[in-house]
Amino acid sequence: MSADEIDHGRRRMLLAATAAMGGVGAVYVATPFVLSMDPSEKAKAAGAPIDVDISKLEPGQMMTVEWRGKPVWVLRRNEQMLKILPELDKFLRDPNSDELSQQPVYAKNVQRSINPEYMVMIGICTHLGCSPTYRPEFSPPDLGPDWKGGFFCPCHGSTYDLAGRVYSGMPAPSNLVIPPHHYVSATRLLVGVDSEVI
Amino acid sequence: MKPLFAMMLLLFSGFLPVNVSAGGGDVVLVPADIQLDDREAIKRGAKLFVDYCLNCHSAALMRYSRIAQDLGMSNDEVSSQLITTDAKVGEMMKVAMTAEDAKRWFGMAMPDLSVIARARGVDWLYTYLRSFYRDDSRPWGVNNAVFKDVGMPHVLWELQGLQVPIIESHTDEQGNTSEVIRGFTLVEEGLLNSAEYDAVVRDLVTFLAYLGEPSKLQRLALGKWVLLFLAGLLVLTLLLKKEYWRDIR
Amino acid sequence: MFDKILRGLGDLREWADERFPVTAFWQDHLVKYYAPKNLNFWYFFGSLAFLMLVIQLVTGIFLTMNYKPTAGTAFASVEYIMRDVNWGWLIRYIHSTGASFFFIVIYLHMFRALLYGSYRKPRELLWVFGMLIFVVLMAEAFMGYLLPWGQMSFWGAQVIISLFGAIPYIGDELALWIRGDFVVADATLNRFFAFHVIAFPLLLIGLVLFHMIALHSVGSNNPDGIEIKKHKDENGVPLDGIPFHPYYTVKDLVGVVVFLMLFSAVIFYAPEMGGWFLEKDNFVPADPLKTPEHIAPLWYFTPFYAILRAVPDKFLGVVAMGASIVVLFLLPWLDRGRVRSVRYRGLWFKWALGIFVVSFVGLAYLGTVAASPLATLFSRIFSVLYFAFFLLMPIYSKLDKTKPPPERVTGK
Repeated sequence: MSADEIDHGRRRMLLAATAAMGGVGAVYVATPFVLSMDPSEKAKAAGAPIDVDISKLEPGQMMTVEWRGKPVWVLRRNEQMLKILPELDKFLRDPNSDELSQQPVYAKNVQRSINPEYMVMIGICTHLGCSPTYRPEFSPPDLGPDWKGGFFCPCHGSTYDLAGRVYSGMPAPSNLVIPPHHYVSATRLLVGVDSEVI
Repeated sequence: MKPLFAMMLLLFSGFLPVNVSAGGGDVVLVPADIQLDDREAIKRGAKLFVDYCLNCHSAALMRYSRIAQDLGMSNDEVSSQLITTDAKVGEMMKVAMTAEDAKRWFGMAMPDLSVIARARGVDWLYTYLRSFYRDDSRPWGVNNAVFKDVGMPHVLWELQGLQVPIIESHTDEQGNTSEVIRGFTLVEEGLLNSAEYDAVVRDLVTFLAYLGEPSKLQRLALGKWVLLFLAGLLVLTLLLKKEYWRDIR
Repeated sequence: MFDKILRGLGDLREWADERFPVTAFWQDHLVKYYAPKNLNFWYFFGSLAFLMLVIQLVTGIFLTMNYKPTAGTAFASVEYIMRDVNWGWLIRYIHSTGASFFFIVIYLHMFRALLYGSYRKPRELLWVFGMLIFVVLMAEAFMGYLLPWGQMSFWGAQVIISLFGAIPYIGDELALWIRGDFVVADATLNRFFAFHVIAFPLLLIGLVLFHMIALHSVGSNNPDGIEIKKHKDENGVPLDGIPFHPYYTVKDLVGVVVFLMLFSAVIFYAPEMGGWFLEKDNFVPADPLKTPEHIAPLWYFTPFYAILRAVPDKFLGVVAMGASIVVLFLLPWLDRGRVRSVRYRGLWFKWALGIFVVSFVGLAYLGTVAASPLATLFSRIFSVLYFAFFLLMPIYSKLDKTKPPPERVTGK
């Protein structure tokens, strides 16, 4: 047995230093493993922005494209549709798009778009994820005489106007989500990325 | 015990050289001498690959956008310089030819080249691409000293020109003759002279080496930091051990 | 504030102790588990083996997140991991290098047992569990190697499974059943994946647990081969024993760091190791119609492969290969020496051990080269010497002129 006194101070210090450096090492080792679970290049490529040609869209016509596995609606609104939008405010839960997570900052307006004529939004109901149907016609028998055009979700009956704003009293809590997007030209829309990023 | 350990050490030192590889027996491979950190060489090689190889050979495990990232190019630059089809930059380097068509036209499917540099080695590829020679008995009119009776045409013939082999005959004691290709003579000039062509092939092989393992430079760079860190940790753990073991004896 | 937390933790421990042997475990297996104080370099490899098991399990789990076990997609999925998955290349290299390092550690770990007689009574069961771990590990590595679905993966599996076909009467049916198809195919790959990822790892973990329980039941051997429990103090603590924690936890930590340096050097600078750890032919996708020029198993199987090839008859070769592993199991009962450790053995044993090592290493090398008359001759000589080490051991270990082992452990 050693006759020297045990230097507890030195032991504690060495222990602390080794534990600290070991801890740093452990974080460095864990990091690649954690990051490996982030989207791979394949997922990122599949989720890359998509190019949409809107030159053939007639007023009142809607097309659907896929971005990141989700349906994205591009609707070319006509004069009548645009005029009605402000009138519907009092029936809506969030007419001014105050819930900021539902749209980029440039879509926080009445039409919820960059260009008032074109509506770009993700066609997934904010209730439980079904895809609503496009009902532009006025006063159809199943939607009643007050229906002025919009989207109707068949799963639980939520309704949205033609700017994707949800009506009050609906199961759906929020307006339809507007994806990041911008116009590369008058006829080319890029869905998935804001203009500053590129 | 010591002499036996010495014997063991001697035995072990014999194995460290390279494992048996898949090469033809007597072919002498010329060292490719590539510089994997030469970005410009890889870029030139990429262009060569796209122009001469990608029509038949896919590199279907490699994404175009990865080349952009690794070589410091933008996606648009890669798109305009390297993509000749309507493929998007996030897609893999595929070819339009199907395996069935290849079998019909060439007799076999062309191997994908994504990891060819790891399967064959850079020296083999370098020597191979410089060893095509005229052989009228073959379907494409060429044969290859490294890969006998290869089914591939000499895609770079415009650059290198055409050469014929210098053949040496050996007769052994049993009276069997064997022929060995000692070198080549150029019979048709190409667009490039010999040194220029070698440089072109070197660029292409550099790209293929990069293609085989795009993360190689990253792993080499990271290695020294890991070892440095562990060396530091070793100092601490040694001190810690010695401190506690002062208790013993 | 800090005291409150510590007290709270202490209370939590008491609560747990009333329901689970938390403190008891800590005491029995770490703080009051006494290991001999003279353990040397050869005693690092047990904890390193455990470390390797953990490393392979963790990297294996992450590889499984992206690997696809079908014949059509496996090869590409490995390259997907190497290129498209963030840090995938690193995880892959750790796992492939780890397989080889696992075997380096295990062979050195086993050699320690040969040196110091760690398989002798009362540690026979410890040795048997260890041998079972070795066999399962070989199966695990063999199945793992099929997964990249390269030429070597495919043809190596084809050759080894066809060995089962050599067994009389049941051979062909057996090989068919193992493969799930007439040749190594998608079915084989998928089931090897299930074995490699779930079945054998579970088995390994269980066996390692039993291995450690067997060890702790009798206590560790030591380089002098003497029982430290023979001399205890008034408290029942072996005079030559020291608590595993903190002394061996702290010493093993140094071993781990040195090991990680060697491990990292290979991972970052030479993961292929010149073709020894990642074979060149395996970068060519599996082609059932094209046999590679030279089929060789990975280096850690080559000694046994050499023994297989040394025997001219296919079935007897399989028998010999199996026997070469079975004979290892019998070691505790073949060794009739008066002492455990090589330090006190006589010339017979020392020479036998030396010749065994040379033969084993020689066989390992011969297993990598193509068959030739000279190679076959040496394989046969070394195979005979290999078996002689074991089969003659009851005789030479008894006749051996041993030195008397000390009563207490020595400093050297």
